[in-house]
Amino acid sequence: MAKYLLMLRDHGTYEGLSAEEMQKIIGRYRDWSGKLRASGKIVGGEKLRDQQGRVMQRKGTNLAVTDGPFAEAKEIIGGFFVVDAKDYDEAVSVAKGCPHLDFGTIEVREIEPMP
Amino acid sequence: MQEVDQVVDHLFRHRAGQMVSTLTRIFGPEHLPLAEEVVQESLITALTQWSFHGVPDNPAGWLFRVARNKALDQIRRQATFREKVAEELRRLPTEETPLHSEFEDDLLTMMLMCCHPSIPEESRIALTLKTVGGFSVEEIARAFLSQKATIAQRLVRAKKLIREQSIPMEMPSRDALPVRLESLLKVIYLMFNEGHSAHEGDALIRADLCDEAIRLATLLAEHSATRDPAVHALLALMLLQAARLPARIDGAGEITLLAEQDRSRWDHAMIARGMRHLDASASGDEITTYHVEAAIAACHAAAPSFAETDWPRMVSLYDELLAMQPSPVAALNRAVAVAMAEGPQAGIEAIESMASRDSLRDYPLLYATLGELWLQRGDSERAAEQFTRALELPSSMPEKRFLLRKLESCR
Repeated sequence: MAKYLLMLRDHGTYEGLSAEEMQKIIGRYRDWSGKLRASGKIVGGEKLRDQQGRVMQRKGTNLAVTDGPFAEAKEIIGGFFVVDAKDYDEAVSVAKGCPHLDFGTIEVREIEPMP
Repeated sequence: MQEVDQVVDHLFRHRAGQMVSTLTRIFGPEHLPLAEEVVQESLITALTQWSFHGVPDNPAGWLFRVARNKALDQIRRQATFREKVAEELRRLPTEETPLHSEFEDDLLTMMLMCCHPSIPEESRIALTLKTVGGFSVEEIARAFLSQKATIAQRLVRAKKLIREQSIPMEMPSRDALPVRLESLLKVIYLMFNEGHSAHEGDALIRADLCDEAIRLATLLAEHSATRDPAVHALLALMLLQAARLPARIDGAGEITLLAEQDRSRWDHAMIARGMRHLDASASGDEITTYHVEAAIAACHAAAPSFAETDWPRMVSLYDELLAMQPSPVAALNRAVAVAMAEGPQAGIEAIESMASRDSLRDYPLLYATLGELWLQRGDSERAAEQFTRALELPSSMPEKRFLLRKLESCR
């Protein structure tokens, strides 16, 4: 069993959604993550703050710290989940049911274990 | 608040209405848009947080706490405003302190404010749905088949009126209350009718309108300041009518007429609730149209079958209703009752002698009813004519399919 990181990018805007629509989206997240949590497939997850990120980069001898890291909306990582899966196929099938796919993309990466 | 472990139906919508009302009371009605902004941001925060962490144990308390903190953030920018409202905001409920009945009063005074006589009638319903009901502009537009921009504009104007005329958010005086309550009941009645008579549009949203109308009327019926006989009558009327909805649409989404409905599918608990409120409405010395309409609905609800309905009583109830408030649709319903009591010929004559017949020119149910009556008289040619006319008018897809089936049966 390996661990996989699901990075949820570019969640778009929820600004115009009604209360009812928002509740429906939460319901879909509950349906998706509830089962996975119960079976221990989801081992962690956090929401990241949308603003106030920093990008640090050494330029010569100077350390440049800029607001960011968002060159464009597509790169914003809204949050992540860590899931247990035996291979990429299983990790992808776990991510398949995530409602985020209606709003943005999910990047799936295997977390390399210590050898 | 028993919302542990699951998100109850419409939790967001109902909490949104509660939070907007309470924050508007604290901020002052001129800051209604600020209250709405704070609540919308809180809901979005919940959406994004709960997506990752799951739903908290006490979702309603969580929402209130987040809204309170966001409100405090907002007012930090304005010193005088801060002093006035910060203390009040700290008294808002959270996960630890439950929702007090005082906060439920906020919903009530908010509704009454939305129905202030200075606010144009057509804006009252949109404003009530938006602020107390937690509906979005788009949902309101969809429910009323209007343009989003039209509804948005009405809301902006109404809020401007509240600000400019300093309309207060408070329980009206004893003298002013009856007029305001009457206007509020009318709004709730329209809300329900809009949801109940689904001619076109989004079926789900419209069912929500019925639920919301019943919820708001229930609040009024339970509050000591507003539990008037007319309130009970309106609530009874809505419950008794809504109780029949489960039987109106069959498994395939097709319309089933009252005559053919499986009465065991009616919501009998709802009927019992309706009957209790009908009892409670029978006091005081005023009979409103809600009383009579509730009596009509009760007459249907109490009948073991369509044929065994007390049709002569129905005719006299409709006569009473028409004497109070002439309405072409009520006159058409009366004609149906006449047909049931005295035969299809009498029904057709009742329709033909309706003074208001012309105003129903574009009402498909007029022709559908005539078609049905001609069919009962055995004149399938004239029946087909009527069903064809009904089909030429706009109606929902299930209605169209129903009329087509009827037309088929004429051949």
